[in-house]
Amino acid sequence: MDAPSLMFEEEFEEIQRVCDKLYSDANGKVVFIVDKNGQPIAAAGELEDLDLTSLATLTAGNIAATGGMASLLEESEFSTQFHEGENTNIHIQIIGQRVILVVIFDQRSSLGLVRLRVRKTSVELTGIFDRLVSKAESPGVKSPLDEITDEDIENLFND
Amino acid sequence: MSFINIASREINCKIVYYGPGLCGKTTNLQYIYGHTNPDAKGKMISLATETDRTLFFDFLPLSLGEIRGFKTRFHLYTVPGQVFYNASRKLILKGVDGVVFVVDSQIDRLEANIESVENLKENLNEQGYDLDRIPYIIQYNKRDLTHLASIEELHELLNHRSVPEFEAVATMGIGVFETLKAIAKLVFLELKKSHR
Repeated sequence: MDAPSLMFEEEFEEIQRVCDKLYSDANGKVVFIVDKNGQPIAAAGELEDLDLTSLATLTAGNIAATGGMASLLEESEFSTQFHEGENTNIHIQIIGQRVILVVIFDQRSSLGLVRLRVRKTSVELTGIFDRLVSKAESPGVKSPLDEITDEDIENLFND
Repeated sequence: MSFINIASREINCKIVYYGPGLCGKTTNLQYIYGHTNPDAKGKMISLATETDRTLFFDFLPLSLGEIRGFKTRFHLYTVPGQVFYNASRKLILKGVDGVVFVVDSQIDRLEANIESVENLKENLNEQGYDLDRIPYIIQYNKRDLTHLASIEELHELLNHRSVPEFEAVATMGIGVFETLKAIAKLVFLELKKSHR
């Protein structure tokens, strides 16, 4: 399934609220959502000094590589990944085949708790992203790019 | 595929540098990274082998300024050029908005260039894209070396679509930003057209 191409304020707020809640419920360090192309969508937690852009890209690359392995093994996808470090662990979950939910956690939490909370959150996020994608595809939606002229684009490159 | 976040007023696009092994894809990104204002760029990531050959991809996030109150962010990727890394190349093309094909201008690399364009065409098709329609720029790199094919010959062999093309010496930065600006502009124009 395609990643969303447009994000609206209403859904963005909802997604952000879900991230904030998961961060607190799972006792995580950081929670973030990235699309399968590596674009970060929302994040919560200890974000200072965190290179979210790089983490998001590497997460998407990781999911793409694992997806390639899955198709060689005739699996549709490997929807969950867990990486265990000495101090920090990463739980990665594909949501509704569209986006990736990442929870970074340390000894303040546990894999069991993170799994449990992620499972519950997945259902909620799937609903929001399904709604978001059909809203973006509905004919009445006005693209923000409508207001951008060819001249604006030229001007961006004129310095 | 571009991602427009109305809430945070951001437009995000993905550009992939493609081409045969050792043609200068990573060098293009390294030059851009080294010559961009620190506020406009993120960290450059290179997933490379111990001998500095690209294993999976290089990645450089770049901001190109604002357009009608929207921040424009470009994610630049390279693919591994070596023939046997084709599975990785396919993955990196997912969601691409524009492609730069970096040509190795040396005569003895002509065949490798042609093979790589064919491979690009096939891999794009597999992802549901068409090389004849996607925003596309060709860069003739390594113009400072000897034993070079002429631009006319390279154009004839590699630029059937007559897309914008640039001569470059990526190690010295010649043609690097011209190429980047040209592909970014094409991506925006296409984006505007497709959202109409």
